[in-house]
Amino acid sequence: MSDTQTMHYLNQTTGIWSWLKTLDHKRIGLMYLFTVLIFFLVGGVFALLIRWNLFYPNHGFVEANTYNKFFTYHGAIMVFLVIIPAIPATLGNFMLPLLVGAKDVAFPRLNLFSYYLFVLGALIALASLFFGGADTGWTFYTPYSIRASSSMIFVVLGAFVAGFSSILTALNFIITIHKLRAPGLTLGRLPLFCWAVYATSIIQILATPVLAITLLLLVFEQVFKIGIFDPKLGGDAVLFQHFFWFYSHPAVYIMILPAMGVISEVVPVFSRKPIFGYKAIAMSSFGIALVAFIVWGHHLFVSGQSELANFIFSLLTMSVAVPTGVKVFSWLATMYKGSIHFNAPFLYVLGFLELFSIGGLTGVFLATLALDVHLTDTYFVVAHFHFVMVGGAIMGFFSGLHYWYPKICGKMYSEKSALIAFVLIIIGFNVTFFPQFILGAQGMPRRYWTYLPEFTLLNQISTVGSWMLGIGFVYVVYYLLRDLKKGEKATANPWRALTLEWQTTSPPPTENFVKTPVVTEWPYEYRE
Amino acid sequence: MAETQVVDHQKQQQQPHHHHAHHFISAEAEFEASKQGMWVFLVTEVLMFGGLFTAYAVFRGLYPDMFYEAHKFLNVKLGCLNTVILITSSLTMVLAVSASQRGEKNKTAWFLACTLMLAAGFLIVKYIEYSAKFHHGLLPAGFFHNETIKHVKAPLFFSLYFIMTGLHGLHVLIGMGLILWIFTRALKGQFSSGYYTPVELVGFYWHFVDLVWIYLFPLLYLVG
Amino acid sequence: MSLPIAATDVAVMWDHLYWFLVWLSVFFFVLVVGTMIYFVIKYRHQKKQKPVFITGNHTLEVIWSIVPLLLVLIVFVWGYVVYRKMIHAPPNSLEVRVIGKQWLWQFQYEDGKTTVNELFVPVNQPVKLIMSSEDVIHSFFVPDFRVKQDVVPGMYTSIWFEPTVPGRHQIFCAEYCGTSHSQMLADLYVLSEGDWAQWKAGKKLNLKTSRISMSNVPSPTLAEQGKKLMLQKGCVACHSDDGSPRPGPTYKNLFNSKVELANGQVVIADENYLRESIETPQAKLVKGFGPLMPTFRGIVSEEEINAIIAYIKSLK
Repeated sequence: MSDTQTMHYLNQTTGIWSWLKTLDHKRIGLMYLFTVLIFFLVGGVFALLIRWNLFYPNHGFVEANTYNKFFTYHGAIMVFLVIIPAIPATLGNFMLPLLVGAKDVAFPRLNLFSYYLFVLGALIALASLFFGGADTGWTFYTPYSIRASSSMIFVVLGAFVAGFSSILTALNFIITIHKLRAPGLTLGRLPLFCWAVYATSIIQILATPVLAITLLLLVFEQVFKIGIFDPKLGGDAVLFQHFFWFYSHPAVYIMILPAMGVISEVVPVFSRKPIFGYKAIAMSSFGIALVAFIVWGHHLFVSGQSELANFIFSLLTMSVAVPTGVKVFSWLATMYKGSIHFNAPFLYVLGFLELFSIGGLTGVFLATLALDVHLTDTYFVVAHFHFVMVGGAIMGFFSGLHYWYPKICGKMYSEKSALIAFVLIIIGFNVTFFPQFILGAQGMPRRYWTYLPEFTLLNQISTVGSWMLGIGFVYVVYYLLRDLKKGEKATANPWRALTLEWQTTSPPPTENFVKTPVVTEWPYEYRE
Repeated sequence: MAETQVVDHQKQQQQPHHHHAHHFISAEAEFEASKQGMWVFLVTEVLMFGGLFTAYAVFRGLYPDMFYEAHKFLNVKLGCLNTVILITSSLTMVLAVSASQRGEKNKTAWFLACTLMLAAGFLIVKYIEYSAKFHHGLLPAGFFHNETIKHVKAPLFFSLYFIMTGLHGLHVLIGMGLILWIFTRALKGQFSSGYYTPVELVGFYWHFVDLVWIYLFPLLYLVG
Repeated sequence: MSLPIAATDVAVMWDHLYWFLVWLSVFFFVLVVGTMIYFVIKYRHQKKQKPVFITGNHTLEVIWSIVPLLLVLIVFVWGYVVYRKMIHAPPNSLEVRVIGKQWLWQFQYEDGKTTVNELFVPVNQPVKLIMSSEDVIHSFFVPDFRVKQDVVPGMYTSIWFEPTVPGRHQIFCAEYCGTSHSQMLADLYVLSEGDWAQWKAGKKLNLKTSRISMSNVPSPTLAEQGKKLMLQKGCVACHSDDGSPRPGPTYKNLFNSKVELANGQVVIADENYLRESIETPQAKLVKGFGPLMPTFRGIVSEEEINAIIAYIKSLK
């Protein structure tokens, strides 16, 4: 067990350069975490500004152009700089080698390089703010984006560079899982978080390059006027949407799968029971990864796509219900006849299940052809993807953050603070986003700077909710930082978990394990 | 519960010249991981070009006549020449890799130099072709100004031509940088029969660049 | 989750499906979250209660894979059936042309009237909107009819409805199109038979909800405007409207006919084909004709193309 004298990855070397030049996956993971949390704050401020502007109908507090930039930056930052890297690049980087009993990821230098690529991409994207700011929305639909201010190019190039970071991280994870598993850690014994990260990495490897080329073409549209996506030059505006969603729909699963991986780790530990349906959960991650690539057209039901294409994409999209259902029901079955402990990681599992159920079920509405016609491009869609992205990905992220907090910093967070924050977040979230389903069903389109007076009440409720949500998120960051100093010392394995990361000290030594672990059992062998 | 047990890496046999990274069990494991990593990277490259090939397929499907008419404005002879140049460069690359596997330092460097020359030759030919296109106003859609092509959608063909060959050309340029890097390392004698990973990986990459051209050439120059 | 009024029969069908899915979702939500709450209370950590070692159950896993699949398939089929009703306009529909521009909606009627941001249609009669955009992508959205369709530059898209409730209905732009996207609103007036007749005759309407200030001067019909344009733009030099041979194909009986192209392909001469042939004549060259025609892109406006096509349509 660690005591103050022991060397670990945080105190083995010191000074700012020992961090900036580190090849240790744990330190790189922490640098990612720090960076991602900063962008989460920035994206959150934009969200609050959006909601603030929508408090009153008829011409909000800022001009329409400014408002349009708010939702563009909110979307672009949250998608490309927060939720996509949130779990893989932070918790994945930190935990994956520990979970497979390795000393590091396969290519540590590449890992550091991809961190700097990420930062560079982010800086390029944000530099656009000094050139007037982009107002295309994070989806960059052509031909609007082609004619938009050229500051859009910075955002697109930023996403392009950050995309390479995500590709290289995924490559690193795949090889790490293939080549660096500890002796005895057969694939059948691989923790479910690793399976989820593996499936995610495959999506990143296959989808992100297509986004890269799409964004590059978009830049060329502005600079070299290639006309591929520009009807004025003979091109096809809707083709861009196909290219864009071929990446961006799988990207949704890049965001949600790792969160599901976290849930699969947390549920058995806090239920003191083996995970129910290990194989089904592991395989359903691949099921989701597979369908991710064949459902992009459901974003184009009213874009002028043919009836046949709409038929096929709607049908294929329905199949997402199966692997998703398998996971949700398996987690519930894991709780059955367990011995449940209500620590913060588990609270976030409950939050995940509540919000993700709503997010998933409303997804069926949008997959249904007729219903989508009315609901698409309204606040119904906005509410739906926030329930999935925040209710799913961010809940999973927070669950994992609390679960591994003791391992990462060797301290315990305060359960009391965590409970207060959790209640604030859950209530704030539902108050913010549930009214938006009703707004959407009533027909309020999204990306509206001003709205008709009949939508006022629900918009005001939503805005009040966003304040609670904002306070909740800031409070989490606050007490997690506070407890770095004030928290109680963590033991090596405070949750009595069986996966490998808990078999080393908290925080782990630079080399992760003093002796290379040998795995002899399944990681969910909870017999009490 | 998982148990832990000592596996002493120090006792494992190591290659004499190359110290593998500490987190790999052996130099072979490191070599295998690097190779696999390169394969995965090439998969992403395939998908990146795949996006362009899809755009090509969409527009060719829409305007087959236009593609036929526009392709006649490309120089098939120069395209052919470049195909021969690249295939030859792949061959010299293979020879360089196998020389480095046998630890033949001078031969490795010599074949790498040949590859580098051929790559440069490819870019020179490309430059000649591009200049001709610029001269005739056969440019991406927004800058296109050529009166002899009848089909109004023809500018799109040249947009695709410049993007596809341009991105490929960029890959050739990057490949030349990489070859230069292993060339200097080969001269310094940093490779041996026990460690030639960079040569092998750059070889993979170079074959991929070659392969892309093998597809680009018929799709752009030989529209039937 | 309350909905706007359902002002067409299709909207009523839509609502049935919507409420079915709402209640199905409520059921599953209660099933998942209810079970979760029950389990976490019943199986909360207690000294006496020992967890049971269970790793899976094949029967259960098969059931919860198949049952949701069957249910979503039902929803899919139902959704597709309603969707078909939503997109296939009856052949006798009244046609109105819609042009989206940053940031207004323009409507052109068969009889040549043009209105901006106000669409007038008769009650209980199917109306088909043929839509195009002059700049970026817009989306035509009428919540009361549950219909929405993107309006895309460079092509025609269409939408149809048969309104049953007279009065004013809201039109939104639902695809983000820049600064004033949220103000790209328009009013759709469903007129009673009498009002419709009056409006067609050019009389001023006294609509309560109306903000109309229409100059309702009788003007030539859309097809007549098209005929005039064809003279002005020189189309008649190469195309006849009575079937007589000229350098280009005739307009007579062209609309919706099968056209054999130079490359052997056969296409239907619908709106999108005609539009393409005006803007990029070489794209689909008719068999037996040379590539002579220059592009008219930028020479004829969206309104003019609409008028020309209306004229071609009238030559049946």
